[in-house]
Amino acid sequence: MSKLDKSTALALLRQMMVIRDFEETADKLCLRGKVPGGMHNSSGQEAVAVGTLSAIAKDDVIATTHRSHHHTLAKGYSAKSVMAELFTKSTGISHGRGGSMHLAEVTEGHFGGNGIVGAGVGIAMGAALGIQHIGDKKIAVGFVGDGGMNTGRTWESINMASIWKLPLIILVDNNQYAVETFVGRVTGGGDLAKRASGFGLPAYNIDGQDVLEVRKYVSEARERALAGEGPTFINALTYRYYGHNVGEKGQYRTQEEIAQWRTTQDPIDKFTEVVISSGFATQAEVEELRASVRKEIEEAVAFAESSPEPEIASITQGVDSGKLGVQL
Amino acid sequence: MTTEVKAVTPTYSEAFQSGVREEMNRNKKIFIIGTDLVERGGHFAQVKGIAQEFGLKQVRDAPISEAAMIAAGMGAAMYGCHPIVDLNFIDFSLGAMDEIINQAAKIRFMFDRPVPLVIRATSGVALGGAHHCNSLESFFAHTAGLSLAVPSTPMDVKGLIKTALRNEDPVIFLMHKKLSGIRGEIGDENYFVPFGKAKTIKAGKDAAIITYGYSAVTATKAAQALEAEGISVEVIDLRTLYPIDQDAIDAAVIKFGRVVVLDEAPLFGSITAEIAATASERNFKSLKGPIVRVGAVRAPLSANPAMSEAAIPSVDQISKAVKQVMSY
Ligand SMILES: Cc1ncc(C[n+]2csc(CCOP(=O)(O)OP(=O)(O)O)c2C)c(N)n1
Ligand SMILES: [Mg+2]
Repeated sequence: MSKLDKSTALALLRQMMVIRDFEETADKLCLRGKVPGGMHNSSGQEAVAVGTLSAIAKDDVIATTHRSHHHTLAKGYSAKSVMAELFTKSTGISHGRGGSMHLAEVTEGHFGGNGIVGAGVGIAMGAALGIQHIGDKKIAVGFVGDGGMNTGRTWESINMASIWKLPLIILVDNNQYAVETFVGRVTGGGDLAKRASGFGLPAYNIDGQDVLEVRKYVSEARERALAGEGPTFINALTYRYYGHNVGEKGQYRTQEEIAQWRTTQDPIDKFTEVVISSGFATQAEVEELRASVRKEIEEAVAFAESSPEPEIASITQGVDSGKLGVQL
Repeated sequence: MTTEVKAVTPTYSEAFQSGVREEMNRNKKIFIIGTDLVERGGHFAQVKGIAQEFGLKQVRDAPISEAAMIAAGMGAAMYGCHPIVDLNFIDFSLGAMDEIINQAAKIRFMFDRPVPLVIRATSGVALGGAHHCNSLESFFAHTAGLSLAVPSTPMDVKGLIKTALRNEDPVIFLMHKKLSGIRGEIGDENYFVPFGKAKTIKAGKDAAIITYGYSAVTATKAAQALEAEGISVEVIDLRTLYPIDQDAIDAAVIKFGRVVVLDEAPLFGSITAEIAATASERNFKSLKGPIVRVGAVRAPLSANPAMSEAAIPSVDQISKAVKQVMSY
């Protein structure tokens, strides 16, 4: 990958800021009852999303998890369309049918968030099979959490991608907890890359708080996939700042642990330092960037608030094509 | 002035805890497997405190591996234990359907070996969208070898779980999300509710609504509303769907000749279809007109609250159905 230039650096920083502001804003709105069914806040995990999505092409495919606002925003969808979906409004990316957990725009390669842990990897694997079959120059990324790493379906799909050399990246958004369960308590062998390498594909444990590191590994994996060399497994170590669902606290981790990650490993702070020390922006310019992000998110909230509800009468529309019964 | 301090009755979730505790106290072969059970006590507090009381051998936190959880419970049951596998949401059983339907359900018939296994999960439609609101009752009830409990009150939760834990058959134990917090009396340690025995939860003179789960609540509301209009409706709560209380259904058909069958599953191929078809085969002559079924539309559930509500029966719809059978 080429050397980091100013416009790329600022775009990466801004995208991470958008995600953070979006999530913290949505979290508060959720507590006020604006997000039906609740949501999963990805604050702390911005570098995984932005590093990955900035290293793949606009029309590459992703399929993801129940915690996917950050992946969706990083794929380039507007804060407006994502916020409106959280509000289950008709202007949302899934027209209000999906909500926070089911963000998608399949025609553009966003194959969806998911309510079922581990399901995204299989869907991305299938998309990679489609890409290979049709002969397109694209790849697919399947996101999965550390918890999802213990679903059988994930490993069945990884094996299939490996034997068929599918253009797939398995990206573990490893925030170290599945609800209240620490990854170390439920992960035999402990080392996920080692586990994956047993399936015969390159596998790496990387720093998910370093946007450039994520970007580099994903970029290389993409090259390999495009060259027909098959899938890559990337386990990006990260941390979620808030509860599993909005509003949850729990006793399963200490406040010190959270503070430690926030103060020493924050992906936005870390990358801001890189941006400033590389001379791409001054502190004042970073603040301006943040202010522009604030405005964007405020506009997204106003848009979501003022958007119409979906048509109730549409609830049975679009379930199937209805055409199978037509005599051909 | 006398102030009467009324003891707070247990919740639906606490009723489950109570029944399980009592049975675990007398049978060390009962243990529980599931995610986030130990510290969190399950997502609906259904096993809160049990790990602390009985130890980590009796309550095991599992990885997110539903197929393996059911396999573990089934194999241990065949070996002589009496596991409870807590799947959290019944939607997650879909990743373990082979273990449930091909394996656990058929072992007794093929190998003459009991499978004393309880599979507990929350069920029903509430906010949560397409992957968290499936009504799968008919899948399970359709499968020879499985029994299915669908309690609507704390009393029945406790009475039925205790019966399940004293028996040797695989039981799917569905607890409706929207009932988790309701309170009510529970029986003592000698109170058992047998499977296949319906309960009349409101007596009536003119027509009957046969239902189960949360729909027992909506049916009762409709019956109360109809009372004001001079229509006296009996509400029958089936409590278990297999075995089903055919005698109670027959008696209602014969007594009233005007019957509504209600649940919140899509109508096509549902439990309500089964009940209506069997009732008309057995007691066609007693019917004053067709049994009217009320259920959900044929569509996945939406995240949007109004769309989700519109998909399932409302009090109004139920009242209309009763008026229809009253018009015969
Ligand atoms: C098949 C399945 N089992 C259980 C759940 C309930 N559940 C939702 S999220 C979650 C934890 C997932 O943890 P992880 O994969 O690490 O993702 P994170 O929430 O940390 O992003 C669980 C158990 C589910 N949605 N699907
Ligand atoms: Mg996690």
